[in-house]
Amino acid sequence: MRTGPYDWRRMVLEVRSTELGLALDLTGEWRALSFAQIDAALAAVDLGGAGHIEITTERLAALDLTGAWRLRQFVLHARQMGAQVAFAGTPPDQLRLVEEVLSPLESAKAAPQAVHGGGPAGPLEAEVVTLAFIGRRTVTLWEDMIGALAFVGRLTATAAHLLPHPRGLRPISIARHVYDTGITAIPIVALIAFLISVIIAYMSAQQLRSFGAEIFVVDLVTIGVLRELGVLLTAIIVAGRSGSAFAAEIGSMKLNEEVDALQATGVDPVEALVLPRVLGLFISLPLLTVIADLIGLIGGAVLCAALLHMPLDQYVNRVSQAISPTTFWVGIIKAPVFAVLIAMAGTHRGMQVRGSSRELGRLTTMAVVQAIFLVILADALFAVLFMEIGV
Amino acid sequence: MISPVLEVRGLVNRFGTQVVHDGLDMEVHEDEVFGIVGGSGTGKSVLLRSVLGLQRPQAGTIRIEGHDITQLAGDALRAVKARYGVTFQQGALYSSLSLLQNVQLPMVEYLPVLSPSARDELAMLKIRLVGLPADAARKYPAELSGGMIKRAALARALALDPRLLFLDEPTSGLDPIGAAEFDELMLYLQKQLRLTVVMITHDLDSIFRTCNRVGVIVDHRMETDTLERIVDHPNPWIQAYFHGERASIHLGVTHGT
Repeated sequence: MRTGPYDWRRMVLEVRSTELGLALDLTGEWRALSFAQIDAALAAVDLGGAGHIEITTERLAALDLTGAWRLRQFVLHARQMGAQVAFAGTPPDQLRLVEEVLSPLESAKAAPQAVHGGGPAGPLEAEVVTLAFIGRRTVTLWEDMIGALAFVGRLTATAAHLLPHPRGLRPISIARHVYDTGITAIPIVALIAFLISVIIAYMSAQQLRSFGAEIFVVDLVTIGVLRELGVLLTAIIVAGRSGSAFAAEIGSMKLNEEVDALQATGVDPVEALVLPRVLGLFISLPLLTVIADLIGLIGGAVLCAALLHMPLDQYVNRVSQAISPTTFWVGIIKAPVFAVLIAMAGTHRGMQVRGSSRELGRLTTMAVVQAIFLVILADALFAVLFMEIGV
Repeated sequence: MISPVLEVRGLVNRFGTQVVHDGLDMEVHEDEVFGIVGGSGTGKSVLLRSVLGLQRPQAGTIRIEGHDITQLAGDALRAVKARYGVTFQQGALYSSLSLLQNVQLPMVEYLPVLSPSARDELAMLKIRLVGLPADAARKYPAELSGGMIKRAALARALALDPRLLFLDEPTSGLDPIGAAEFDELMLYLQKQLRLTVVMITHDLDSIFRTCNRVGVIVDHRMETDTLERIVDHPNPWIQAYFHGERASIHLGVTHGT
């Protein structure tokens, strides 16, 4: 390969002692990528009371800004040590450029320090910092709650405004969200429901066998899945899948100024982005719950057959005895409520994204955590409510 | 004769049945400002992505400072990538990092010997060099204006003092005054730092102000010539481009000199 000026050549620093002090001769390429060598070579120069330092740069093959900056550091250091530094011939242009850019900054930095002169750090400081932290968090939390309330209000108003005109509800968009949040979730929801009923059946069979009450395994599976676990686990899976998807979709649209574009076109983003998602999940989560319930019962049947050698007709018979007319509805009634909570947590956090990709990640995480928290909280409230009204 | 800084030979890029480049040749020499021009969809960005090693071409060689990047991988490719700087059309600043951290990122990657304070100072040097105020250093990309983002991207591209600089549509989205200022800044830095600049652009003002030579992508290949001569190229697209109404004010100038 030929040696053009673009080929990499070593940086070389020759140091000679003269009558007056030192003479430095710089050759080769002094560039950023060989900073390690440059730094080591200049740091190794023994200033040892040298009165006069002469630097020759005219034979340099290349000097870039990083190299020039390091050379300047060396010159400043040498001057501080009391040496006189001079360049043989004119100093390199790059050094002048670095000087021009950095010296105003340094004098600006030096000035305020002299004025301030380090006041005493008060003994209260740590407590003040803690108090300020608590205060700031409280205000943020308060603002967050107000913001969430405002969001709920805005969504309700938009929905109330649009419900008399079903065409304005964007049925195509809703259908897409029913597909994305519902139909594509069927395999995972079915699998989880099956496994959960297997776990309940297996555990209860072990316990009940010692009482000879194996038949109640069916009651436990049926009531457990229909009333509680079918809907709760489906909601938690959907919160993870779709709550995060809502937040990430809307959040990246915010970053991309798509939400602004919608608004500028006169389209209300709540109407176009939030409401279809809420309604889509409102439709799909109850349907998913029905599937989860069904698969859960099938799982119970499979395990009862395998573990307890219970024939299918006996299982079906026992299931119809175990459930009351309300059992199924007590479970399914929670699904739309969970759906709205999940969708609102996801879309609200998505709409809050601004500025950076890091915000997107933070708010997507927050959306999922909050959706799951709200689902479990609502489930607890439902449990209390159902006990009070005796269903 | 010095070997070219960037040399593309016989580049072929195809996506399925769609041919983007078919035997494209390009040479960029030291210290020149080379403009890449072409209609929408002619593969300017694909060319840039190939040259940057972001996508492998179906055939052809791409030599950067003599190293064929189509044959390199791993650390060897990484070493070549340290030798050029790139600015992307939208800036592509890392949105979760401040401007100072954006400029420092290449230094952290390639020059671990730099102390944090040295990195601060060198990054600030680059930020001031592209004409941004010192207090912009602590800001995040979302807080910067469009013109500042272009400059910030340039500062990041210069972090390791490369000699080869790729600019993708550096003046797009800027007002004419801002665009002209960016051109002047780029020319100033090009002279001061002896940069070789490869620039994709649509901006005729920018081409006539800054470019020494221009490569036009037509019919999946590149027609390259000096600015003075390329305007007389017989290809109809080139004629339309350089002799359209928007170009007319410039032609008097170049022909006169």
